Amino acid sequence: MNITEKEVIAVANLARLSLNPDEVSSVTEQLDRILGYVAKLNEINTDGVKATSHVQAITNVFREDELKDSLPRDDALANAPRQNEEAFIVPRII
Amino acid sequence: MNLSALTIHELNNLLKSRETSAVEITKAVFDRISSQEEKIGAYITLNREQALIDAEKADERLSGPDSGSLCGIPLSIKDVLCTRGLRTTAGSKILEPFIPPYDATVIEKLRNSGAVIVGKVSMDEFAMGSANENCAYGIPKNPWNTEYICGGSSGGSAASVAADECIASLGSDTGGSIRQPASHCGVVGLKPTYGRVSRFGLIAFASSLDQVGPLTKDVTDCAILLNAICGYDPKDSTSVKEGVPDYCSSLTDGLKGMTVGIPREYFGEGLDPEVERSILASIEKLKEAGAQICEVSLPHTEYGVAAYYIIAPAEASSNLARFDGVRYGKRDMEAESLIDMYKESRSSGFGDEVKRRIIIGTYALSSGYYDAYYKKASQVRTLIMEDYKKAFSQCDVLVSPVTPTPAWKIGEKTNDPLSVYLSDALTIPANLAGIPAMSVPCSISKAGLPIGFQIQARHFNEEALLKVGYNLEQRLDLVGKKPSI
Repeated sequence: MNITEKEVIAVANLARLSLNPDEVSSVTEQLDRILGYVAKLNEINTDGVKATSHVQAITNVFREDELKDSLPRDDALANAPRQNEEAFIVPRII
Repeated sequence: MNLSALTIHELNNLLKSRETSAVEITKAVFDRISSQEEKIGAYITLNREQALIDAEKADERLSGPDSGSLCGIPLSIKDVLCTRGLRTTAGSKILEPFIPPYDATVIEKLRNSGAVIVGKVSMDEFAMGSANENCAYGIPKNPWNTEYICGGSSGGSAASVAADECIASLGSDTGGSIRQPASHCGVVGLKPTYGRVSRFGLIAFASSLDQVGPLTKDVTDCAILLNAICGYDPKDSTSVKEGVPDYCSSLTDGLKGMTVGIPREYFGEGLDPEVERSILASIEKLKEAGAQICEVSLPHTEYGVAAYYIIAPAEASSNLARFDGVRYGKRDMEAESLIDMYKESRSSGFGDEVKRRIIIGTYALSSGYYDAYYKKASQVRTLIMEDYKKAFSQCDVLVSPVTPTPAWKIGEKTNDPLSVYLSDALTIPANLAGIPAMSVPCSISKAGLPIGFQIQARHFNEEALLKVGYNLEQRLDLVGKKPSI
């Protein structure tokens, strides 16, 4: 096994997903196959090979710090499931 | 005359000579949608009222000078690009109520050019899929045979173009999502160089791989639409300040002086014999056009899918964290704690494939596994880029199939995600390397399904793709061949 049901439940929790027992077993089975396939990367010796996270040679991109209009608050709040015209409302956290 | 069946450049001529109007064309497209949509199901949201208003405005502009090639042209837009005031779902239930407060930069460019947005088209949820079977709003059908998939993830874009339910479309390509449906639906699709087109307002799947591009009825339209969307955007710090040529000037006859490389790894096991014959016959056509042909090797091709299915889910697991029910999208209103609200909103809002990829990505990035998976995949990505570098020292373009087989039947592979992933083996490497790549229709299979021809070039050499694509198109008898729906 490349991955166990216990690991799937733990990882799903990290990703803020809850899976029902059927989902846990089907996801575990599918992930096991996928990770089994991905293991073929180990056939390649990558010692000393640089990792690529981004294909363009762009590093820090700077711009002038100018004052510009941003999205109006009403527009930013318009899609919120709950809001009070000033802020997003979420369940109490304290 | 059926206006909705015409190309952008054909309509430009009719508009210029006042033989038709933007309003007439737009109405013709909506008539076509009314008669075909029940069979095809390409659209998630239609924009009828606003489209007719925009068409009237385009007609005003067309009466003046310099209206440009896209003025008054009805386009469909993949539902992953934010359109101000027009619902944008990314094919997901979690964004069902989402009305973007701003336009993606490419949409802003299209609006400024006078293009008419017909509606938002189907896609795999968050662009994750190769068949457009993972959509919360139904599965679009292949116009060439409605029992077959139209490919994905830009399936609605390809189907709407092939069925004449629009004149052209914009899609996005993370691992083949423009080229693969274009190939399956018999239309032209181009994934530009990473950084060539702004990603601002494109709902992110895998940020180091995603790129927006055109799906069109022919290569000339592809150049026209590409002209409209390319260029540096200060709102996307990964877009590149590289000069943008006039892509229409690449559409010239003859390939003398060009070397076309055939990567031998793209013709391996699993390649459908009919697809192989079509590709080899097309290569003969390029030879007739004057191109030199040489064989090249991209030895790490077979590791592309494995690297991609670590890198793309890893990036997705981070990008999709934003869908938490707080600022937009659906929220579970019953949940009492914040964590439960996150969990319940996400679990009921995301479909199975999206959950699967978020879990793979989270796993691959989790402590203890990062080196074994993400780092390893990123190193293999470097090797794939080096392969291309060597190949492009010997040739100007690489040509190959887009997909190993023509489209498959809807439902045939639903329970086998890995076999669907493997269908992307020939398109994924271009995304990992960030190079431009294109699919041009080259044949129709005996079963009546389209087969696409893939062309890849070095960074920022979209011109070579268009030139080769145009020369192939000119030498095949396919343009104007339509599915009988």
